[in-house]
This record gives sequence, C-alpha cells and structure tokens, in this order.
Amino acid sequence: MVQDSRIAALLNWLSGLSMIAALYLVFLYAPTEATMGDVQRIFYFHVSSAWVGFFAFFVTLIAGIAHLRAGSRDSDVVALSSVEIGITFTAMAVITGSIWAKATWNAWWPWQQEPRLVLITILLLLYLAYLMLRAFIEGEERKARFAAVYGIVAFASVPFTFMSVRWWQSLHPVIFEREGMNLSPAMLTTFLFCLVAFTLLYFTLLLHRSRLGRLADEAEGLKEELRFREGGSV
Amino acid sequence: MTYLFAAYAVFWGLTFAYVFTIASRQKRLENEIKDLRQSIQGEE
Repeated sequence: MVQDSRIAALLNWLSGLSMIAALYLVFLYAPTEATMGDVQRIFYFHVSSAWVGFFAFFVTLIAGIAHLRAGSRDSDVVALSSVEIGITFTAMAVITGSIWAKATWNAWWPWQQEPRLVLITILLLLYLAYLMLRAFIEGEERKARFAAVYGIVAFASVPFTFMSVRWWQSLHPVIFEREGMNLSPAMLTTFLFCLVAFTLLYFTLLLHRSRLGRLADEAEGLKEELRFREGGSV
Repeated sequence: MTYLFAAYAVFWGLTFAYVFTIASRQKRLENEIKDLRQSIQGEE
C-alpha cells in the first residue's frame, strides 16, 4: 500500500512535469508551420490524445483476454478503467480534430473529405456502449465476462480507424509513412516527447482510476459484511 | 489563434474535469469505507 502510494506520487510528478515540458516544446521550441501557421500546434496534443485513446483500448483488449483466461477481478477493474480513460482522450481527439478541421478547411465536420473524423467518432460510440452494457448487466462476474468479450471485439475498430487515411482518399495528413515521418526534426522531437508525456499521463490516470475500482469493491464487501452481521437483506 | 486556444482549452478542461471526478469519487468511497468500518466495529 505504501509502495503503491509512492509509485502514484512518483507518477503524478513525472506526468505533471512532462506535460509542462510538452507545453514548452509545443509553444516555444517547435517551429511555426509554413502553410497552416500556429494552428498546426493543435496537431501535437490532438494526435497524442488519439494515441492514448487507441492505447487505452488496447489495454482493455489485453485485460479482457486476461480476465477470460484467469477470471481475476483486477483485470476487469483495469479494463473498465482503461475504457473510461480511452473515452476521455478519444473525445479530446474528436473535438480537437473538429477544431482543426474548422481552422484548416473551414468546416467543423467535413464528413466526406475526412473519414477518420467519422470513424473515430464511431469508435467513441462503440466504447460508450461498453459502459452502457456494463450498466445494464446484473451480477459482477457476468458483467465482467460480457464486457471482456465486448472489449475484445470492439478493438477491431481501432486498427480500422488508424488505417482509414491510407485506405480512403482523405484530407487528413498522413504522419507515419514507410519512409519515415513527414515532420521537421524539431517538430518530430516535440511530437515524440508529447507521445511519451501522454503515455505517462495515461498510466498515472490508470493507476488512480484502478484504485477507485478497488475501493468500490472494498466498500461493496464491507456492505455485504454489515448486511450479514445485521442478519437482514437489502 | 482562437482555434489553437479553443483546442488546448478543451484538452485541459476535459483532463481537469476527469481528474476531479476521480478524486471526488475516491474521497467519497474512502469516507464510505470509514463509516462502514465504524458500523461493523459498532456491531461487534
């Protein structure tokens, strides 16, 4: 428990400092892009938010597989926590993507020219449905098993969303190419640092959110015990 | 510049809102656990 809170404190500091450093790099170190100007700086946090969303759903997939194999309660807590964080960051990617679209193409929602914006919104809705599914199923073990299967199946939409800009004609810039990345060295450094900072932030949030899940379990256990001692049923 | 500000405001707004909800839910559960433990001790 003491070690847990030390890790949490260390992660809090590390992610706080790395986010401040990321802001420094985005606004003071990275050069202004020639065509888009300052608005291009949205890119660093927009892509990093999408990355955390995708990564969080991948962790849900792994935790779901672990739950189906071993049936551990911890893996279900991690899966749920990761979905919640993934939804938050995917929502950020959708909103900042829409703001980017308005600034760059003068349209808040370019349906036809920008399939990824639509696909990432579908991805967001798929994982919101994960939370709804959990809310409607009775029984913790049953809920965890259904959610694990859903988390595994829903992940299929993640690589589909990621690859969409390569498969369809799109306005969306392609950053990762076989030949490398379409960025100047200073922009690339900033971008990679943002990815690391956001990943740290993800693990910090996951640690705290998982602790919340364990506290909820503990409270539920104590309620059970109290009901048992009182000899009543609620 | 307005769009840049809006995008970063959305990011930080959502991040702080999420951190705040986690912290407040943790606090509520910790208090609930404390009360439940006291009730159980009272039963003994």
